[in-house]
Amino acid sequence: MQLYLPIADLPVNVLLVLAMGAAVGFVSGMFGIGGGFLMTPLLIFIGITPAVAVASVASHIAASSFSGALSYWRRRAIDPALAGVLLCGGVTGTTLGVWAFTQLRALGQLDLMIALSYVVLLTTVGSLMFSEGLRALMRTRRGALPPRRTHNWIHGLPLKMRFKRSKIYLSVIPVVVVGILIGFIGAIMGIGGGFILVPIMIYLLRVPTSTVIGTSMVLTLVTMLFATMLHAVTNHLVDAVLALILMIGGVTGAQFGARAGQKIRGEQLRLLLGLLILSVGIRFAIELVIQPSDLFTIRELGASG
Amino acid sequence: MMRTLLAIVLILLLGGAARAERLIVSVSNHRVTVTPDYSGEELVLFGSVEKDATTPADRTAYDLVVTVKGPRADMVTRRKERTFGIWINSDYRQFLQVPSYLALFANRPFDAITSPEIARRQQIGLNNVLLTQRVSGDFADVVPNDAFRSAFIRLRTQRGLYREDGSAVTFLTPTLFRTGIPLPAEVPIGTYEVEIKLFANGAFIGKTETAFEIVKVGFEQFVATTARNNGFLYGLATVAMALMTGWMASIVFRKD
Repeated sequence: MQLYLPIADLPVNVLLVLAMGAAVGFVSGMFGIGGGFLMTPLLIFIGITPAVAVASVASHIAASSFSGALSYWRRRAIDPALAGVLLCGGVTGTTLGVWAFTQLRALGQLDLMIALSYVVLLTTVGSLMFSEGLRALMRTRRGALPPRRTHNWIHGLPLKMRFKRSKIYLSVIPVVVVGILIGFIGAIMGIGGGFILVPIMIYLLRVPTSTVIGTSMVLTLVTMLFATMLHAVTNHLVDAVLALILMIGGVTGAQFGARAGQKIRGEQLRLLLGLLILSVGIRFAIELVIQPSDLFTIRELGASG
Repeated sequence: MMRTLLAIVLILLLGGAARAERLIVSVSNHRVTVTPDYSGEELVLFGSVEKDATTPADRTAYDLVVTVKGPRADMVTRRKERTFGIWINSDYRQFLQVPSYLALFANRPFDAITSPEIARRQQIGLNNVLLTQRVSGDFADVVPNDAFRSAFIRLRTQRGLYREDGSAVTFLTPTLFRTGIPLPAEVPIGTYEVEIKLFANGAFIGKTETAFEIVKVGFEQFVATTARNNGFLYGLATVAMALMTGWMASIVFRKD
């Protein structure tokens, strides 16, 4: 079933895009992440230009994180104060990110930047998560207790604030910085950043696991809504038709993924997610290192027609 | 007064004598509409060579070259080079106001129709079509075997956007001809100029022009123009759609 996309200017198979949305949604529901880091490459693979893919995936992630955030809110697993502080940074970061996106596009290095950030981020986060998951798995095999949580230098920073629902007392500086960082890379790479945010919140900020996924979803939701708006206003590249198909597939897949995720143990889940992220990163790395089949590329600089 | 009138009549008569043939053409569809199920189209161009009393009697074999040019756009061709072990875009050339779609059709191979000199002047064949580049502040076309130019044509050809075919025009009778104009799904929206050039015994003897347009209609057009002209509203609508979809899903799949 072919459908013409009005902004991407290209017909796509609706069932294929729907299936892609559902598959990525399944993964995102299972691991509590946005799944943008899988969706964007898939869209580029079926022939949609990277710029349109990045801009349209933002709204798809917004939809799936909203449906996730709603169910976490009902379970009181969202810390509103923490989410608010994160958002201050997130909105700033997204603005900077969309600006950088426009600049890089003009320079012709956007594809390289997207590919490089994917390689660096995905391989780092993937291998960290994989090794951590492996260690945790071996610990539980041996029946040892997890290491005691200790305070690090972050907890010595000023401007402390009490986050009631998470039961932590923490400086707002690192929280805002994390927000900026996630917002920035999210806007450039077309990802929600959940897969980076969740580990940072757990290991660096020591946010308890009960509120971490729900709160990170709120940040993802707002930054992605904001990114959608900015991409629509500045670059005019959001394809609403493409986004809608992805959303429908995504939110459906996410529900089944979430159910599947509850049946798997935490360490195994982290191990699997680490492996998944790592393999996507390696795939991007290979593409940069081996000689491309064609050294030339063409890009249109705004048609006059 | 009388003399000027006589001069005009004379010029008209002479002009008519120089153009002994008249080309009459028509495209099967002057307005291609892009609908949700649009996946490219093939237009047909029909035409005939009309002779008149002044046509030399020995002129029987005609050659035709049909050029279809899509909306013009600026494009950049970039070349990747290995830097620090990875392949990145380094050198580039800017092509100014080149056709986004370009098709050249003829009834026999381009080099058999006319001399290389006339082919160059009349822009017959992809190698002879003018593709203006910005070369260090100057505007010029370069030699056909230039690396960037040939890469540009090769890549456009791979996507079906540039094509040349020396056997696409068929003569149904010695004067009646037809050719198909294939338009792949990804051809750009806009106005397409069609130029038909007539040759006889290697000499260029006349041309005519026609045009067709590809337009988005209805929903597609609405979405595209809104996205471009009312970016803010469009963004808001997309955002609202995302929230609605998310909310619906959380209701549909709610476990009570």
